[in-house]
Amino acid sequence: MNGPLLRLNGIVKQFPGCLANDHVDLTVERNQIHALLGENGAGKSTLVKIIYGVMRPDEGEIIWQGENVTIQSPAHARRLGVGMVFQHFSLFEALTVAENIALGLNDAKDRVGLRDRIVKVSTSYGLPVDPDRTVHDLSVGERQRIEIVRCLLQNPKLLIMDEPTSVLTPKEAETLFTTLRRLAREGCSILYISHKLDEVRALCEAATVMRLGRVVAHCTPAEKTSRELAAIMISAELKPASERRPAPVGGKPRLVLDKLTMRATSEFGTSLQSISVTVRGGEILGIAGIAGNGQGELMDALSGETLAGKPETVLLDGVPAGHMGPYERRRLGGCFVPEERNGHGAVTTMSLAENAFLSAHLRGALVKLGVIDHRKTTAYANSIIHRFDVRTTGAKAMAKSLSGGNLQKFLVGREVLLDPAVLVISQPTWGVDAGAALAIHEAIIALAGEGAAVIIISQDLDEIFLLADRIAVIAAGRLSEPVPVREATLERIGLLMGGVSAPGSDTAHAETPTAAVETAHA
Amino acid sequence: MLSLQPRGYISTFWSWGSPVLALILTAVISGGIFAFMGRPPILTVYTFLISPLFAPDGLASLAVKAAPLIMMGVGLSLAYRANIWNIGTEGQFTIGAITAGGVALALPDAPAWALFPGLMIAGLAGGAIYALIVAWLRTRFNANEILTSLMLTYIAQYLLVYLVTGPWRDPEGFGFPQTALFSDAAAGPRLAEGSNLHLGLVLAPVIAVAASLLLGKTVLGFQLRVLGQAPRAAKFAGFVENRLVWLSMAISGGLAGLAGMFEVTGTQGQLTTNISPGYGFTAIIVAFLGRLNPIGVIPAGLLLALTYLGGDAAQISLGLSNAITGIFQGILLFCLLGSDVLILHRFRWRPRQAAKPKGATA
Amino acid sequence: MTILINLIVSIMAASTPLLLAAIGELVVERVAVLNLGVEGMMLMGAIAGFATAHETGSLWLALIAAVAAGALLSVVFAVLTLTLQANQTATGLALTIFGRGFSALVGAGYVGIAAPTLPKIHIPVLSDIPVLGAVLFSYDPLVYLALATLVAVAWFLARTHRGLILRAIGDQHDAAHVLGYKVIRIRYLAVLFGGAMAGLAGAYMSLAYTPLWAQDMIAGRGWVALALVTFSAWRPFWLLIGAWLFGGIMYLSLYVQGLGVPVPSAFLSALPYLGTVVVLVLISRDRRRIRLHRPAMLGRAFQATG
Repeated sequence: MNGPLLRLNGIVKQFPGCLANDHVDLTVERNQIHALLGENGAGKSTLVKIIYGVMRPDEGEIIWQGENVTIQSPAHARRLGVGMVFQHFSLFEALTVAENIALGLNDAKDRVGLRDRIVKVSTSYGLPVDPDRTVHDLSVGERQRIEIVRCLLQNPKLLIMDEPTSVLTPKEAETLFTTLRRLAREGCSILYISHKLDEVRALCEAATVMRLGRVVAHCTPAEKTSRELAAIMISAELKPASERRPAPVGGKPRLVLDKLTMRATSEFGTSLQSISVTVRGGEILGIAGIAGNGQGELMDALSGETLAGKPETVLLDGVPAGHMGPYERRRLGGCFVPEERNGHGAVTTMSLAENAFLSAHLRGALVKLGVIDHRKTTAYANSIIHRFDVRTTGAKAMAKSLSGGNLQKFLVGREVLLDPAVLVISQPTWGVDAGAALAIHEAIIALAGEGAAVIIISQDLDEIFLLADRIAVIAAGRLSEPVPVREATLERIGLLMGGVSAPGSDTAHAETPTAAVETAHA
Repeated sequence: MLSLQPRGYISTFWSWGSPVLALILTAVISGGIFAFMGRPPILTVYTFLISPLFAPDGLASLAVKAAPLIMMGVGLSLAYRANIWNIGTEGQFTIGAITAGGVALALPDAPAWALFPGLMIAGLAGGAIYALIVAWLRTRFNANEILTSLMLTYIAQYLLVYLVTGPWRDPEGFGFPQTALFSDAAAGPRLAEGSNLHLGLVLAPVIAVAASLLLGKTVLGFQLRVLGQAPRAAKFAGFVENRLVWLSMAISGGLAGLAGMFEVTGTQGQLTTNISPGYGFTAIIVAFLGRLNPIGVIPAGLLLALTYLGGDAAQISLGLSNAITGIFQGILLFCLLGSDVLILHRFRWRPRQAAKPKGATA
Repeated sequence: MTILINLIVSIMAASTPLLLAAIGELVVERVAVLNLGVEGMMLMGAIAGFATAHETGSLWLALIAAVAAGALLSVVFAVLTLTLQANQTATGLALTIFGRGFSALVGAGYVGIAAPTLPKIHIPVLSDIPVLGAVLFSYDPLVYLALATLVAVAWFLARTHRGLILRAIGDQHDAAHVLGYKVIRIRYLAVLFGGAMAGLAGAYMSLAYTPLWAQDMIAGRGWVALALVTFSAWRPFWLLIGAWLFGGIMYLSLYVQGLGVPVPSAFLSALPYLGTVVVLVLISRDRRRIRLHRPAMLGRAFQATG
């Protein structure tokens, strides 16, 4: 009964046009918390889906507790003792907690006395859940607990967690780490996927680093600095982050929100409550917050996709715009990059030129008497491609054919080249490779330098600390008072972010400093 | 086993090849059905699909049957591109016929140069307004346009029956459910003396070309296309969905009404209780067969017009019920929907066990 | 009093085909598939049942044939939309167009012909009770089957694990797939059930309600059944209420025509369709209620990954 818990030998998985796993080896010991590190697109998700039986490898062996196995399905994986908590939860909104958990348990005998077992297990591990509540009423942190409890009920020997803290407040993350350490001690190893290097260094005993489908290193995270780990992950000379610009002085207010209140349009949405803030020319305002606290609704309210009741609620360069739709707001100089590239910011089945037309048709003067000026539109698209180094075959290429990073560069460039007065970007570098992320960050900083007012809505605190002059936090549809970045500590921001969940959350723990704050103080 | 894999791109070859494949499959399947019914398959398919083309005035009849189908198909291709499912063209056709017929009956002595354009406007307006009811129900009340447009079709038919058997019945018609014949002026200009080639034959392809330009080159066309492919992006762009619903319903309904007008003034010359052998529903198939492309609708309309002629031919020369037409059209649509899979996917043989462990064992 | 009894009995009869078809479609939509071909499947069931009853004299065989006909047509739908990823709206319409054509072709030989009809049941003591006997115990078997199926479906969805799986697929088919449930297979089964029920509903029309065959005799009831499912907000109990309501309107329009009231018969015939529109509008206005109960994946294509 000795030897490693799980060993993967030479796993290969090929998708059309992409070799996701290229002869990957992985070893997870018993009682170990093992990190799986890598950039987006490194192949981590594919690998764990293979371990969990969602996919089969094209080549390679899986050796579980010393025996060679073929994992036929997630149910089989669960029977072997593998549990998985996905990054994007596989939860059913309209069903209750108990029903959701029941769906993860295939054996009828596992479902006996389920409600009571849920209460027992969840409280004993410090992750209480109410079995009868409907999922769509729950916060993101509570939803994750459902996923974890579901796994725990089956006494797993290996628990795979895919980016678990991307949706948690710093405090909730600490609670999770305590639970994970206890699980490892008691005999359940953890395979921990993350790109948050400080967490990994604090929590994990061993790490396997992947890049572009291959394993590039095994190491002990605690023995390396975050910088060294990052270097292994992207193996490029880490360019120093752009010089932080001096804080802008006295620009005129270009975007003003005055008590913006918006009722949620659906049962599952978040209402915006009396949001007031002023953003001046040359300033970057970073809005931090966990997903599901009103970011989407705020973006829609800013872009004009949802209209405010009174025109004066939103002022663009001093002009009341609350009653205007996106078309008129663009006329005033508003430019927007929404969170979702596919189907919202761009039409994936249309060409880049047509996608350029989508938002630029007014300010770019691409229309003549109701007819599309194809020549001008194509020229505009080409100028974006050229200026922002978008890797593509040309303006005629379908948006779907671009990688996430390149498409995002195109969409950001589409707005930036329109010389906006106000730019609002949501999740600027989500799902984007490091090179493109850097280019986007530089474009944002340059735009602010030219006098535009920029708002960044992001779940990535590192990004916010990197770019913003002032930071505000959105929680449950309310916006906190913006704080200059030099005065913002992670602890303070974290508390603001966690403002909704866990009433009676008590003393904050000493927080581990993040890389970004290190940079700021460097 | 056979499996379906996404191509990752749109196959242009199959975009246009799929209807051809569908036609071939349909001929084969229909042949099979005929054989099952004890009929010689090849002869029957020939009679159905080929012989009408060689009949005397065959091509003229084809064009006359195709004109309303093309007009309606064009309108539907625009609406369907925007994901607005107007299923009620049959009803809009009927209402257009009613409004145009009403005007024709009211003004029996009007001169052609005044009457005919008036009829066209009446037909267009009638169909458009009837379709706008559906648009109103959708934009104001969020009612599903498929169901409402269908219900309105039944209502329109009953309205027609009421008018033709009641207030508009021809007093000299021996009690038959029909109106008086329209004046010659109402029939409008003919393409050839004494023929029944009405103006609609010329108008239909013109409308198709205009719609194609609208869709491809104008902002409105772009708005419709974006709405159909990515409604959220349309909102982002500032395109007002409600306005597009109104416009596309008005256009598709108006064209259906126009088709109805041409059918009753140009071809039938009066209103009866049965003015359409299901043109409105066939137009839906025409739109799909034409790949929702206004230019593609032209050959599609001709093909489906052929199926009507074929049904009649089969009835006359082979004694088959002309319900064959409906079956053929249904099978054609099935095969088309099936063949369309090849545009975005390909078939592959995959070995049963994809994950046989290879390489050295531990 | 007799009028009231007749009213109730007639509404029960008129509502039965709607209920049968709607229960099937409700299950289909709960697993987030939209099958617009109900009208076509009902027509197939109607002619299959009628023809079989006429040819064999056996009502059992007729009902089996009707169920098979509806199910067969629904298999075509399932293959096209679930396996070949075709557009569900277009495929459903194709089903209707084909169903009309096919039933018209086969039915051409059966117009104006008589066939065995479904007898009303007679329970020795119960059916003879003065009022209640007629109102509760004297219907033909399909009426009871419709009600029993409704109860069974309601219980299945709300209380069984399999029903839970079905609801889960309708809510989030990707999550269900990730958990290892065979989304496509379960959808096939649901679609087959819907087809079988629609076929049965059609058979009811041709063998019990108006026991004869006429072209297009379903007259839009399939579409009304679809409206019914939306009306009920995908909840079985409300399906029953709606079936009674719609069935009542359909029956009343015929009844009033028979009374010789000076309203044009065309208007009265159009009444059920007008009523459907009105009800649809009233239901759809409450967007919140619809969004609350609507299977979140309805109409969305499912692509199994890996």
